[in-house]
Amino acid sequence: MNARPDTPREPAMPLLELRGISKRFTSRLDLAGRIARALGASAREQTVHALDRVDLVVRPGEVVGLVGESGCGKSTLGRIVARILEPTEGERLWRGRAYGAYDNAGSRAERLAVQMIFQDPFASLNPRLRIADVIGEAPVVHGLVDRAARDEYVAQVMSKVGLDASLARRFPHQFSGGQRSRIGIARALAVQPKFLVCDEAVAALDVSIQAQVLNLFIKLREEFGLTYLFISHDLGVVRHLSDRVVIMYLGRVVESAPCDEVFSRPNHPYTRALLAEVPSLEATKRAYVPIRGEIPSPLEPPAGCHFHPRCPHAGDRCRAEAPALREIAPSHLSACHLNETP
Amino acid sequence: MSSALLEVEGLRTHFHTKAGVVRAVDDVSFRVTRGRILGLVGESGSGKSMTGYSILGLVDAPGRIEGGRITFDGTDLTRLDAAAWRRLRGNRIAMIFQDPMMTLNPVLRIDTQIVEAIRAHADVSRESALARAREALARVGIPSPDERLKAYPHHFSGGMRQRVAIAIALVNHPDLIIADEPTTALDVTIQGQILFEMQKLCRESGTALIWITHDLSVIAGLADEVCVMYAGRVVESGTVAEIIDGPRHPYTRGLIDSVPSRNERGRPLHQIPGMTPSLLELAPGCPFRERCERVVAGCTVSPDVSEPLPGRRLRCHNPHAA
Repeated sequence: MNARPDTPREPAMPLLELRGISKRFTSRLDLAGRIARALGASAREQTVHALDRVDLVVRPGEVVGLVGESGCGKSTLGRIVARILEPTEGERLWRGRAYGAYDNAGSRAERLAVQMIFQDPFASLNPRLRIADVIGEAPVVHGLVDRAARDEYVAQVMSKVGLDASLARRFPHQFSGGQRSRIGIARALAVQPKFLVCDEAVAALDVSIQAQVLNLFIKLREEFGLTYLFISHDLGVVRHLSDRVVIMYLGRVVESAPCDEVFSRPNHPYTRALLAEVPSLEATKRAYVPIRGEIPSPLEPPAGCHFHPRCPHAGDRCRAEAPALREIAPSHLSACHLNETP
Repeated sequence: MSSALLEVEGLRTHFHTKAGVVRAVDDVSFRVTRGRILGLVGESGSGKSMTGYSILGLVDAPGRIEGGRITFDGTDLTRLDAAAWRRLRGNRIAMIFQDPMMTLNPVLRIDTQIVEAIRAHADVSRESALARAREALARVGIPSPDERLKAYPHHFSGGMRQRVAIAIALVNHPDLIIADEPTTALDVTIQGQILFEMQKLCRESGTALIWITHDLSVIAGLADEVCVMYAGRVVESGTVAEIIDGPRHPYTRGLIDSVPSRNERGRPLHQIPGMTPSLLELAPGCPFRERCERVVAGCTVSPDVSEPLPGRRLRCHNPHAA
């Protein structure tokens, strides 16, 4: 694949910037609910607060690991970055300009620059399309290759991700889980992106296959100068791949720091708890000491710091006031009131 | 060494399909003693779950136990009739599945389901069964068990449902629990809580536990002994420390080396090439030889089990040095 000429830019300019992104999903009342409300009942619409004023900066060539438990909003954030979802509030900037600025006809390459790789290698491929169509459709539609040159182009992309090009006429069900992951990656690469959002891209794979796919990510990054937003619940995987780690809890970013810093000096109580829970090969026969409780419902997130009901250090201020993300060390941000008490 | 509660010897579970014979479990042997935790580790298709199902007599047609013995507290389970099985399952041997909704009936309240499990095996009144149900829920860390007894499964989160499933497994004080990836679908912090509770329960009540998982790092913190399975066979077994710190089978070594935390950050991970072979009409010889870096000419003949140290078993022609 030939690299597109880079547009001139400041070296320090972030490739992607999110400012104050919030996302709320509201389920509309059904007919019975609307009638009940008209009659004065207390039926009301339910709102899931998936993201709450999230800021994120990703610089060119960086791998940012986004970590959190289910329901923390990490996938929603990934989808907003990939433009699959629109945010309720907030701004998305690509190379310093709002996403909308690229909607004119001349900016096709920039619009295709962010691509997504999905978690489930079984559900994210159309079972009725041959692999040549799965990978080749988008580049033809977007005019990156001629229809006549498609098969050759598909073969090229397939060999980049370690798939045998002679399998292009097959259907997804004829492939193993690891091969399907590679197909998903090839599909994203086919439109020559700059930025990949990988949403739990290796979670469904066996350990030995997972290592193969992670190696592919490392190789592709060097080959094409890609930038990744790597979403995962697996701290081991994130630690291996990321330059910077962002920890989310219930729709908010609680900590963000360079990878080594997070693992050697975690600041936020949630990050510390999360690191302590990770099963590891080194910790043979240890006694598990779990943190209490479960992640609360995003339908009614707790007031103040979202982590306070489970936090061993929570005080009155934590129950009332949401802590802001503050820099506690160079490029190490954490959202915890405890950092201010002397 | 105390006598084994469960002893599996040369177990073979095969599936006779139209396409051919699938040897899902092929000559598997291990033993579990009271109060100990055995980890059964392997990738998908390695036969680890089918080994668990075979012990409980849950193998459906076209699958069949073709050979071997499963001795549980002196009885050979492969010879039991349906009535004897029913007395055993959920009573002296319990199973926890990966998906708690496989255990729970979605349209029955939790109390109905637990009381049913108790009264199926013990002649007790509904009231005393309810009291035992309440106690079981409290034991697995479910807050306000009285209210939760009246709830339906869909009222619970994934982690809470798994706790209810564990409570049902524990309610008749079984001698052996078989847990099939019970924490795989759960978040790290919830997994931590459940591992903690299972470990505590086994220590306190002397229950033996077989923990089936694909995740070696879970086993590292939980189990006493480990069996590593590949393509229906146990390729290596021993104590956790022996296996994690000194793996000798090339497959075990490869698995441990491909865990990200064992690799230098950002460098390519050590990887095992290729993928698990299809179990359908598997060629004779060591099933790992196509992917193995230490393959020798003799690998076309299936290796026998060797026991280099007491309790340490290995199935390889050319293992790593101890």
